Amino acid sequence: MRRFLLPLGIFAVIVGFLAVGLRLNPREVPSPLVGKPAPAFRLAQLHEPDRTLAPEDLRGQVWLLNVWASWCVSCRQEHGVLLDLARSGAAPIYGLNYKDNRQAGREWLVQHGGDPYVSSAYDQDGRVAIDYGVYGVPETFIVDKNGLIRHKHIGPLTAEVIRDRILPMLKELNGA
Amino acid sequence: MPRRFPDAVRAAAFAVAALAAILLTPSLQAAEAMPAAADPALEARVMRVSEELRCLVCQNQTIADSNADLARDLKNQVREMLGRGMTERQVIDFMVQRYGDFVLYRPPVKETTWVLWFGPFLLFAVGLLVLFRKLRARQRSPATPLSAHERLAAAQLLTAPPRNDVEARP
Repeated sequence: MRRFLLPLGIFAVIVGFLAVGLRLNPREVPSPLVGKPAPAFRLAQLHEPDRTLAPEDLRGQVWLLNVWASWCVSCRQEHGVLLDLARSGAAPIYGLNYKDNRQAGREWLVQHGGDPYVSSAYDQDGRVAIDYGVYGVPETFIVDKNGLIRHKHIGPLTAEVIRDRILPMLKELNGA
Repeated sequence: MPRRFPDAVRAAAFAVAALAAILLTPSLQAAEAMPAAADPALEARVMRVSEELRCLVCQNQTIADSNADLARDLKNQVREMLGRGMTERQVIDFMVQRYGDFVLYRPPVKETTWVLWFGPFLLFAVGLLVLFRKLRARQRSPATPLSAHERLAAAQLLTAPPRNDVEARP
């Protein structure tokens, strides 16, 4: 009987590794930017091209940066949740309109129930998004009062993510 | 009017003509033009760096191999940075700062990746050790002779006529 113990043990270890490994989401690459200053940029706004948006203008408040585009299918999925979050007033949401067409972006907001963003920066060539390590839209960053990125969410936000991750973090950062 | 060519020949000629028309149409040939091929030395460096960087959209490809939108943007970024005179090391560091170690197609050797790099060698060494000890143990213990019953069974197997109930197929 004892000769089966070793193979059985090895088998159990492999099953353990696979059980954990298969649950990991390879799409969620941990961002090295969490805890670092939000990369600086100054971009023209989507709606008012002669006005700009820059993270340094937002110092002193906790805000969200949501990367979106009119061509992004998952962005439709999270749009309602974003509108709810904006209405709740938990934190101002700023948009980064990623590799989009100005007209298409504006129309998309109208067609999908409104504009949750205080304003959106228009990142036509995607350079700013590269600075933020964006590789899949939508992505959402939480930036604290000192301009540090505190959290990054990859993929569409859901009501659960907002309730379990985003809101507690906003509360904590605003309380401090 | 007499037919000079059989139908098959005419069909073949038509196919060749159609193929030639397709291949010689310049707009179709130029669909996948490489940007900035003006500087082959720079392009070679761009390729070298691109082969070190993982495409985060299609994760098992380098950005050199990938045609994803993001891979193309990152290649452009690499090209621009090298063009500005940055070293390949600096460009790769730039990407790691933004996308993390995961962007490196070859994982770096550091504490968190020791298991990854040295684990297989460790397993191999353990395997060798087990094998070695098994062989030694077998050498030391004398082979047990066959019992009379086993001897008989072996002899029967060896002298039995070949079975031909399985038909050989060509």
